[in-house]
Parts: sequence; C-alpha cells; structure tokens
Amino acid sequence: MGGRDSTMVLLDENGIRCDGRKIDEPRRIMIKAGGLKNADGSAYIEFGDNKILVGVYGPRDVHPKHMSNTDTGILRVRYHMEPFSVGERKNPAPSRREIEISKVIKEALLPAVILDKFPRTAVDVFIEILQADGGTRCAALAAASVALADAGIPMRDMVAACAAGKAADTIILDVNNEEDQAGQADMPIGYMPNLEKITLLQLDGVLSPEEFKKCVETGIHGCKIVYELQKKALQEKYFQNGGNQ
Amino acid sequence: MTQQNVIDDLKKSQILELLEQGKRIDGRALDEPRKLTIEVNAIPKANGSARVRLGETETVCGVKIQPDRPFPDMGDKGIFICTAELLPLSHPSVETGPPGPDVIELARVVDRGVRESHMVDVSELVIEKNKSVVGVFADIVVVDYDGNLFDACSYAATVALLNTKMPKWEMKDDVPTLVEGAESDLPTSTIPVSVTMAKIGNFIVVDPNADEWASMDSRVTITTDSDGNIVAMQKGGHDGFTLDEIIKCGELSVKVGAQIRETLKQATEGSQ
Repeated sequence: MGGRDSTMVLLDENGIRCDGRKIDEPRRIMIKAGGLKNADGSAYIEFGDNKILVGVYGPRDVHPKHMSNTDTGILRVRYHMEPFSVGERKNPAPSRREIEISKVIKEALLPAVILDKFPRTAVDVFIEILQADGGTRCAALAAASVALADAGIPMRDMVAACAAGKAADTIILDVNNEEDQAGQADMPIGYMPNLEKITLLQLDGVLSPEEFKKCVETGIHGCKIVYELQKKALQEKYFQNGGNQ
Repeated sequence: MTQQNVIDDLKKSQILELLEQGKRIDGRALDEPRKLTIEVNAIPKANGSARVRLGETETVCGVKIQPDRPFPDMGDKGIFICTAELLPLSHPSVETGPPGPDVIELARVVDRGVRESHMVDVSELVIEKNKSVVGVFADIVVVDYDGNLFDACSYAATVALLNTKMPKWEMKDDVPTLVEGAESDLPTSTIPVSVTMAKIGNFIVVDPNADEWASMDSRVTITTDSDGNIVAMQKGGHDGFTLDEIIKCGELSVKVGAQIRETLKQATEGSQ
C-alpha cells in the first residue's frame, strides 16, 4: 500500500467516493446462476467492472488418484485470470498470486460444503476472471458459492463475500481498484450469514483496533447484501415465479 | 471400452442413418452452420473484445496492445500473436495444466487463418524501426464446448480485431511513450472467415456440433478472405479426403464463409 501520497480524491467533502458511491454502498452487483451447458453447476457475476465466470464439476472421479480421500470428497479450486482481464496483458501461466487466491477461496468454501457423503470423489471449482477491477477474490467466492449450489452440492450455508477497507481515513465498503491502489487498507471477507461464520479474511494495510472492528462489521454488512443477491440468482433459476410466494 | 465410447458408437450409427436420409442430428441442412451470436466489446478493459456463441460453443477473445521489441529478423514489422486456451470449465474432460496437442493445433490454426489473410497490417505497427514496435495479442478462451472450436475461436478473434482501438506511442528518450487521446482503429484490411467441415461416412457437413465432432472420420478447416481467396487450410482426423471432396469443401468454405462474413460485419457495424 504505497499510494498514500496519491493526488486522487478518494472521498470528497460530501462523503462521496471517486466512483460516485457513498461510503457504505457496494458497486453494482449482478449474479446469474447457470449459463454453461457442460458444467454441473455454473454462475456468472458482474461486481462493478469485474466479470467472472465459475463452473463446477463433480462429485466426480479424482485424477490423479493419489489425491483422493477414502473418508470424504475433496474440493479443488482454480482461480485463473485471462490474459486480457487486466490493464497490461497477463502471462497466461498461473502466478503465485493466483495460486494463493485459489487456496484461500478453497478454504473459504470448505466450511460450507458437505463432502463426506462423496468419498473418493472431487468437486472441481473453476473460476475464470474475464475482467478484473479490484475485489476479484470476493466476487469470485460469491459466484463460486452460487455455482456449487447450482451443481446441487450439499451445503451448510451460502458463502457471501465482500471487501471493506480504509481510504481517506474512512472505513468504506467494497474497495474498488483505485481505492485498493491508493487507499490505506483492504480487507476481503467471506461470511456464512446463517451460521454467522467468517470463512475468508485477509488484510493489507494499517488499521487501529477500533477501525479493525468497524471494518469487519462493514464487510459483514456487505456480505449480507451480496447474500440476498445470491439467493435471488438461485431463485430466478429454480422458481418460475422468481421466488415470490 | 469406456461408457463414453459406447455412446459415441451408438450416436455415430444414428448420425449416419440420418445422413443417408439427408438429415442431421440437430435438424440442420448439411451446409448450414449453427446460429452465431456475437457480443462486441464484452471486455471493456481490453483494447478490443468479443464473446461469440456458435450453437452452444462459447468463446471469448480479448485483444491487448502494448509496445514490444521486434523480432530480430523483422525490425520493420509489428507483432501479431493469437493464442487459444480450452478452459477447464468448458467440458468435464478438460484438465488444468499445459495444453495438449489438440489445443496447440487449435491455437496455431486460428493464428494462421488470421495471420495468412494479412488481416492485421503489421507493417503499420512500427514505432521505431528495429527498436520498438506495437504488439497485438489476441487471446481466446473457450468457455463452453459443443464442437467446432476452430470456427468459434476464429470468429471471436476476427470480431475482436475488427473492433480494436489502438493506442499511439512515440519514442521519447529511446522509450516508447503513450500519446494520450490518440487512439485509432487497428489497421485491418480483409476479413478472414474459417469454415470447418467434417466428413462422416461419405457425407460432408459444415460446422459439426459435439456429437458430429466425436463421430467424424476426418475434418478440414478452410479460411477464406473477403475476395473469396483461400488463405489457410488444416486437415485433421484419421481418414482422408478425395480430390473431389476437397474441391467441394473449398467451394463450401467460400459460400458459407461469405454468409458468415456478413454476420461478422453486421456485428461490428452495429456496435459503432
């Protein structure tokens, strides 16, 4: 976070952010369940200018076989960015960043999925970042949860995700790319709203203990907004009346 | 024999029986491509992009433009590179890891079609001769598989390139420096269109879907340019073609290619 001397106005005197949002307002979010023909479950999310496609396969045979577990199914996650998804063309080979994000997303989903009914199998989650604009891991996690539900994988709860952070000495919801580059802190949060459990938590930046508490609370508030949209996406696919009773 | 092979064998006899009656498994005429849906500029962060559905095969192409060093023997020409990747979410049989021979062939055939048509005028992509040139990277990903990736990838690349805006660089202190607000259209001339045909038994079908792809004996991909010239070809599969069949395929590629070229043009014009 070296951009503290940036000349960009992240927050104006009326409390309006550089992209016109209020401090507690997320970007425009659109989630669609399904959409891929071959995948067992899929989802597409537009989170601000992020565009992410997720496909889920399984439970299915594990290759290579030595990865399989006789007690439970395993979850595998691949987070991958297309070469054209970012400003400068990205080398298509997986980077260390992508490998780490794959791991934290997997560990954010593991508490939700119930795989012990499918020993010796794998559930594969493929996340493709078509366009990135800050906060891809949260958007990807939210879409991956919807795709897992769409695949019919038993789950204890949905995993919702949203980032909170600090820019211009203020705690803000859903950090965008500019705020991530020039701001003071970025804290992505994954959260199961019904079980009230945080399953993904990262932070880079400096926060006082009070700010830390406020930041987590703000992030969870964002997760609850995302959760409603995740439910809506599944209802739109699976109920003809869009889930209205 | 795996379960999939048994299904393929049953499907193949059904496909052949239908072809004897002049019909295809999805009801198309033998020389009829599937419905082509094009979303132009699907990735605004790229310099040009397109999301293309050919039947239920779906591809996304993004074009990135950046200054690069020229190849040592081509200091007066820019760089054009086209890649294709089969994403693991596109089909259950696709695995992560380095691409296999099929995907490498796919990327090379799509690249060759665009390159050999001279659609992108690389001689206009020079910032300073022998020092700095413009690199054009067209990266294609396959998102959903339903056969005939060659054409779906080729159309995505072509439409993305037709809609690409090129930034301008000038040499300042031996470094290519971006000139703000000086974007122009990527210099393109002809519109290459690939048409892939499969031979199943003694029948030639245009734009084979996944079932036909799994049942075919051989295939040929022919790329034509706007003048109706044939600019690139690739034969594949375990059987051969007779001379008559290849000539027929050449004629089909010009005829079907002309229809598809109109669709690609309309998608481009509709977006501007």
